[in-house]
Amino acid sequence: MISPAVEKARVVWSVISEKFGDAVSPLDENPTMPFFEVTRPELWLDIALFMRDNPKLRFNYMACLSGVDYPEEGKLGIVCNLESLGEHGYTIAVKVKCDREGGVIPSVSRVWKTADWHEREAYDMFGMTFSGHQDMRRILCPEDWEGFPLRKDYQVQENYHGIKVPY
Amino acid sequence: MSAGALLPNSFPFVMSTSLNAWSDALSGFNPAGLPLGLVIIAAIPLVFIALYALTYGVYGERKISAFMQDRLGPMEVGKWGILQTLADILKLLQKEDIVNKDADKFLFVIGPGVLFVGSFLAFAVLPFGPAFIGADLNVGLFYAIGIVALEVVGILAAGWGSNNKWALYGAIRSVAQIVSYEIPAAIAILCGAMMAGTLSMQQITMLQQGEYGFVHYFLFQNPIAWLPFLIYFIASLAETNRAPFDIPEAESELVAGYFTEYTGMKFAVIFLAEYGSMFMVSAIISVVFLGGWASPLPNIGSVALNDWTSGPVWGAFWIVMKGFFFIFIQMWLRWTLPRLRVDQLMYLCWKVLTPFAFLAFVLTAVWEIYVK
Amino acid sequence: MQELGKVEQASVRVTPDGENRIVIEKDLSSEEMILNMGPQHPSTHGVLRLECRTDGEVVIEAEPYLGYLHRCFEKHAEMTDYPGIVPYVDRMDYLAAMNSDFAYAIAVEKLLDIEIPRRVEFLRVIVAELNRIASHLVAIGTYAIDLGAFTPFLFCFRDREHIMSLLEWTSGARMLYNYILIGGVAYDFPRGFVERTAEFVNYFRPKAVELQKLLTENEIFVKRTRGIGMMPADVAINYGWSGPMLRGSGVEWDLRRVDGYSIYPELDFRVCVPDGRFSDIGDSLSRHLVRAMEMEESLNIIEQCLDRMPSPEGFDPRAAIPKRIRPREGEVYGRAENPRGELGFYIQSDGKSTKPVRCKARSSCFVNLSAMKELSQGQLIPDLVAIIGSIDIVLGEVDR
Repeated sequence: MISPAVEKARVVWSVISEKFGDAVSPLDENPTMPFFEVTRPELWLDIALFMRDNPKLRFNYMACLSGVDYPEEGKLGIVCNLESLGEHGYTIAVKVKCDREGGVIPSVSRVWKTADWHEREAYDMFGMTFSGHQDMRRILCPEDWEGFPLRKDYQVQENYHGIKVPY
Repeated sequence: MSAGALLPNSFPFVMSTSLNAWSDALSGFNPAGLPLGLVIIAAIPLVFIALYALTYGVYGERKISAFMQDRLGPMEVGKWGILQTLADILKLLQKEDIVNKDADKFLFVIGPGVLFVGSFLAFAVLPFGPAFIGADLNVGLFYAIGIVALEVVGILAAGWGSNNKWALYGAIRSVAQIVSYEIPAAIAILCGAMMAGTLSMQQITMLQQGEYGFVHYFLFQNPIAWLPFLIYFIASLAETNRAPFDIPEAESELVAGYFTEYTGMKFAVIFLAEYGSMFMVSAIISVVFLGGWASPLPNIGSVALNDWTSGPVWGAFWIVMKGFFFIFIQMWLRWTLPRLRVDQLMYLCWKVLTPFAFLAFVLTAVWEIYVK
Repeated sequence: MQELGKVEQASVRVTPDGENRIVIEKDLSSEEMILNMGPQHPSTHGVLRLECRTDGEVVIEAEPYLGYLHRCFEKHAEMTDYPGIVPYVDRMDYLAAMNSDFAYAIAVEKLLDIEIPRRVEFLRVIVAELNRIASHLVAIGTYAIDLGAFTPFLFCFRDREHIMSLLEWTSGARMLYNYILIGGVAYDFPRGFVERTAEFVNYFRPKAVELQKLLTENEIFVKRTRGIGMMPADVAINYGWSGPMLRGSGVEWDLRRVDGYSIYPELDFRVCVPDGRFSDIGDSLSRHLVRAMEMEESLNIIEQCLDRMPSPEGFDPRAAIPKRIRPREGEVYGRAENPRGELGFYIQSDGKSTKPVRCKARSSCFVNLSAMKELSQGQLIPDLVAIIGSIDIVLGEVDR
């Protein structure tokens, strides 16, 4: 039995894949969070604009943009939860991945203003930069912190301005 | 016909001459050539002020605010917390007096001093009784209104000298507020002076003394006297930086406004200056509109309540009670109303109070000249 | 870093009807001053630093700097097993700890295959709504005291004490409860709790009305908040606002109705949206009104739950909790309606370990606060205080 969430996600995915073809991966139809991955990250900004402005989709609300570390694949990524609030009621998740060292993902902060601070937090915690973001700097850690805390291989620094860091 | 001419045989004049003999005698008290008598006369109101500020001012505010907020207030020190203010003063006396390294030392120290002095100088002309008045100036009212301006210098010195942006904000707001609100306040008080025909505080009070008690008060002598009364009351709240006009000390925005950086005794001095000026404006409004030390009780036939409750001590009691009543109202307003924003405050002054004050002035003049 | 300099552009200010923008002429503006409403400040509701560039009393821009209360929740979550994360979740939004626990439990339970007993659902909803009232009391009280009205603050806290006593009676703690566990609740209600809660509901109803009268019908309060911090609905949605903020802008969006989790679909309550009689839709006064109305709705919900709750015969609150919480492999984004908005958890589990691979908390205040930069442009400093108060932030949730 297919859950209603997956049904709706199929509808959404078909509209998007019709336009963008192989830039989006096939829909992962798990019942808790149906998602698809953007296989060509450079088109992420266009896909985002399409998802927001297309009258059949109207994803006007970004619930969350989380940074994730995929150590087995050697990649970093983001997971965006989007919703069409008050219009169609669709929810879907989108994943975009990039390399660990020097990875760049296009910023969608101009599409959904929510992404502004969420992307800053993802950069702060994981280290991927978002191209086109107007203010890419750390948000939760101090400006001169070293390292990216939420990576799986993170080693905390010894000293911060003379204060011993490891507890 | 001028209401200021005192008929030589009228009752208040007779009473005051016999009581003036009191103060004359006291002022003649010169043991070993030192003018001790005069010092005692001047000291009496000041001792009163100190006692009042300690007890009713701070303690009263804490208890009244507590009861309004459904809690108890100070209860530990002394029975019902009566000695709380004394304990606070003792604590503040022995606190470290911190002056910021980057502060302008001269202004920082001078600020509270000037503020305190400006606040208490007006007490010199307040008539505490038929015989008790520090300086019976015949321009007493003018002096009382004008000396408040000295506070402004003190506040500005305190705010600038603190070398703190927030203190500066508070000081500048306060200066704008006090200077602006002096205008409706002065015009409203002028209405009272018009009704009396004199600027001398003692004479204004004596004109409101009569056997029918409160009927002689200027507030009831004139159908529009309530308007300048109200205007002066509101303007006086702004003069003393009390809520809803306490933008300069807005605790939630500016921590403590212009006296953020003060500690210890200087802080206590500023605090006491605020309570002093609260009493001062309450006394001024009760003198001008509510008869000062004149008893409100009327003589009803043979029950000569007015005569029984008049006299030097009774006079002091009445003016103090009236002052306390207005202070209670001020405290009540502080704990009830939110704060006005700076531009709303200025709007209220210039576009509401000042035009109404002018209107009251004209109407009072019309009443005095044509109707009376 | 910013340096002092002449203001290039004239300052702008948005008036309530949104159309006319008052422009202050250049020759009135002076050098801009950088003012720090620093981490320690009475009215920033926690350690928030707002760096304001001001021109006199007009704020050109106020930028929030966060991180002063960052306690690495997400890193801790990766090293703690699922039940052990619940106290950490409490400490994020400490004023609405029950609701935060609820959101977390909902998220994790989506990955487990357990059936929550019916009475547990009722217990959860009652404590969550009680906590919602307590949180809104703090929001309203602190908002009033920021604007200078000292007394409503104490009235709010007096009533909140009753709620804290009730919650302490049932869970053992006044503020950080660790009560709503994954799969159940920690303890059943003690004997007499239902009667006491009903008493509280009857006691509080007139108090809520009195609070409304003290504030909403107070001319000065209305003057300070009406038309301040206007946020149109579509911009609010784009910023990701949720909860009372979004409802204050006129959008009828309540996750208890939209997602319909727990037993909310069976309960009768309305989604509180301001009707524009007292306030302009989208301003600070609307948001305040939404919170005041929500308190009354929560009282209705509690009453309905107390009536319909199944009996406690043979009931064990921890019956459905698995011995070892090991969710199946997958990811979930679970969310619930916190008093401040949508609290969501993105949890990624690998099916083998008892610790999450990734647990991200999407906090409502973090998202609500991000609009501060835009909302603050052209406001006066006292208005800035009014806007922050209406956003109702809790720094524990902003920084996690």
